[in-house]
Amino acid sequence: MSKLHTVNKSPFERNSFDSCLKHAEDGSAVLFIEDGVYAAVAGGDVAARISEAAGRLKVYVLGPDLAARGMTEDRICDGVSVVDYGGFVDLAEAHDAVHSWL
Amino acid sequence: MSDLPEIPPDDDEDFGTVKKFCYVNRKAPYGTVYALESLEMVLIAAAFDQDVSVVFMDDGVYQIKKDQETDGIGMKNFSKTYRALEGYDVEKLYVSKESMEERNLTTDDFLVDVEVLDRDALSALMAEQEVVITS
Repeated sequence: MSKLHTVNKSPFERNSFDSCLKHAEDGSAVLFIEDGVYAAVAGGDVAARISEAAGRLKVYVLGPDLAARGMTEDRICDGVSVVDYGGFVDLAEAHDAVHSWL
Repeated sequence: MSDLPEIPPDDDEDFGTVKKFCYVNRKAPYGTVYALESLEMVLIAAAFDQDVSVVFMDDGVYQIKKDQETDGIGMKNFSKTYRALEGYDVEKLYVSKESMEERNLTTDDFLVDVEVLDRDALSALMAEQEVVITS
């Protein structure tokens, strides 16, 4: 079953990000939303874990949540794609199930 | 910014004892309501002429990130209010050096002027406060 995983908590504050990456199967998709988007910002302590994940997972981040937090797309880690709400719907539709890591 | 508390007309009103208040912000904005609530507490303390310091540490450093644009998420962008703190004589704003660096941020990323303090300096600052509210 293909899964879309969503993470909505900051990787600096909760371990949902790490648990998600540890359990997501190769080839599945991970979408960062709400405070989860900080995981996708380049150069911080979390960036290495994102780059590693981008090698085996499809990694996305929700654009409106990035913009709200003052993060521009040029600060996003390589291998991470920015999607809008329509893109979120497309991802949900393209996978068999959505797994929310609250 | 009509929703800001009114600045008292003059300083002839005496609110009595002045205490050293320190608000320690540790949460990112928007994901939870803590950041906005803390900001409102800061404004209230300032309206009562208290000696207010504001600390941004852990994910709280994200509260003062420049260029926040919230139209896309349908929430109020309260980041501009941090710039108004100066008008309430809240000028002691501090950022944790370690928290800033872990998140690949620099002082250029912030929308207000802050003093960057390392862990020991921040501990000392908090230790000398009479009231500390962390949120």
